[in-house]
Amino acid sequence: MLVLQILIDGFAISTLYALGALGFTLIFGVSGVLNLAHGGLLVVSAMIAYYVGTRLGLGAYIGAGAGILAGIVTAMATYLLIVRPIQRSRVIPARERELFVLTGTLLWGVMLQEMLSYIFTDTPITVKPLLPGIVDFLGVTTPANEFITAAISWVVLGCLWLLVNRTKMGKQLLAASINPRGLTLLGFELSRIYLLVWIIYGVLAGIAGILLGSFLGTSSEFIPALTGSAFSIVVLGGLGSVSGTLFAAYVIGYIETLTAYLVSPSLRNVPALVLLILVLYIRPQGLLGRR
Amino acid sequence: MKKFFSSKPFILTIGTLAIASLLPFGVSDYILGVLTTAFYFAVFSMSWDLLFGYAGEVNFGPTFLIGLGAYGAGMADSLLNLPVPVCILIGALAAVIGGVALAIPALRLTGPYLGLITLVAVLLLQQVIVIFAGVTGGEIGLSMPDVLSVNSAPNYEYALAFMTVSGAILFAISRSNFGLILQAAGQDPIAARALGFNITKHKIAAFAISALFSGLSGALLVFYLGTASVNAVVDIAIGVRVIIAAVLGGRRTIIGGAIGAIFLIVAGEILRPLGQLSTLVVAIMALIVIMVSPDGLLGMLRARRTT
Repeated sequence: MLVLQILIDGFAISTLYALGALGFTLIFGVSGVLNLAHGGLLVVSAMIAYYVGTRLGLGAYIGAGAGILAGIVTAMATYLLIVRPIQRSRVIPARERELFVLTGTLLWGVMLQEMLSYIFTDTPITVKPLLPGIVDFLGVTTPANEFITAAISWVVLGCLWLLVNRTKMGKQLLAASINPRGLTLLGFELSRIYLLVWIIYGVLAGIAGILLGSFLGTSSEFIPALTGSAFSIVVLGGLGSVSGTLFAAYVIGYIETLTAYLVSPSLRNVPALVLLILVLYIRPQGLLGRR
Repeated sequence: MKKFFSSKPFILTIGTLAIASLLPFGVSDYILGVLTTAFYFAVFSMSWDLLFGYAGEVNFGPTFLIGLGAYGAGMADSLLNLPVPVCILIGALAAVIGGVALAIPALRLTGPYLGLITLVAVLLLQQVIVIFAGVTGGEIGLSMPDVLSVNSAPNYEYALAFMTVSGAILFAISRSNFGLILQAAGQDPIAARALGFNITKHKIAAFAISALFSGLSGALLVFYLGTASVNAVVDIAIGVRVIIAAVLGGRRTIIGGAIGAIFLIVAGEILRPLGQLSTLVVAIMALIVIMVSPDGLLGMLRARRTT
């Protein structure tokens, strides 16, 4: 019974991790930006979904819609207010832009955290689940929300795969990640593509944030830890590799669940951290990364 | 060398430090307390700048080294009851060992990968402190039987003297041949190696020096505060402040780290009436400064002088 429970819980949490880290890897793969305010995007969406859905009493679905919208708005703000001005700045030397994007998004994450804790306080809240109640699955009682979370995550992941591999737009995104200059020479507007990627990123972060908020709860104080988790999963899988991110999310998700059930919940993230150090040391490009 | 000692920035620095050392005769204990913390932070940022600005090592976890120094000293005091100076040395030693341990992956990894390792090091340290709560005090913190001094004036003078000496040493290192080789290794390791410099040795030394000062400062800070807690010396938020201070003050200057740290902490105190919003305002100011003047506050001063 315990085995089944670990399998189910591990699956749900891993899928959620995959979705949460996917936007981070996408934005790095296409535009080379490591967004250290990533956790901020997740929590903003969850908070807005909670506010609209529970506080204003408009229900889980309208709340989720508002949350996704908030994710898009925050992603656009991150790009237009922080990342693009730094990338286009004339005073910042080109060699050091990466560092300034890191510092800028780091500061932006701090700002998001402070704004959220000012408006909503930092008491942890839980977003209303889309599907309340519990399900009895082969003798294991599990919240229905856990299944819905895993299902939605996989649908979103599938949609993203279709978008990237089967549409013209997706081809442009891929091309932008491989050779931006070549794409510009072929007459495509690179800035339009970047804008598009940030919108997709906002949608992904929005959905991930809402699901995380209904599954594990959320608070402005979680922002740095969420950024850290996404960063770890993405680097473990290999920066910029989508399949690597999925794989790493399942590795970390299951290791954490196993530790929580078999050893102690308080040690939950220790083995994953140790594994991360080992992998980085033996295989710096990550599990499935390309150099 | 003679020219340096009669240069305008040098005289300005000495003048500022002289005025600062006289402050205890004129201002309240509260202001002295704020500045004391700021001075220790200044050393954190200056040590970080040696590693990042010169050696080009992306260290997202300055609090790993600071925390080792702080907890090394704190545990030596609370568990072994050693005299204070010995405790501080033990803390510094713990930090140097940690620094060399961090240098090993740094020889193989660069950029975001090293950044993540340093970040993970902080998270692991945090976990270890919580797991071994029996000896470390866990999440509540470790209270120390001894403090540097109970009065704010001596505490302030200790911190000022420590910052001045550390700053002078770090600045001298950065301007020495050693500093130049570090800079070369950071910007183009292959070329530096081709010129016959032992990059490995220099990088490990840079980590050890940075760790030494971070650890000393962390140890002194907990002896000033009277407690060592995760929130005060290990938390990632503290590390973020150290990094922001160094970038805000001006990278690759050493002194910029001190200016940035003091600016951040003093600005945070002045804005305290705004309550929760003070951190937000400080973050916005820092963002504007780095966007307008990438060389930070020190860069702004320099630009004004040349135009």
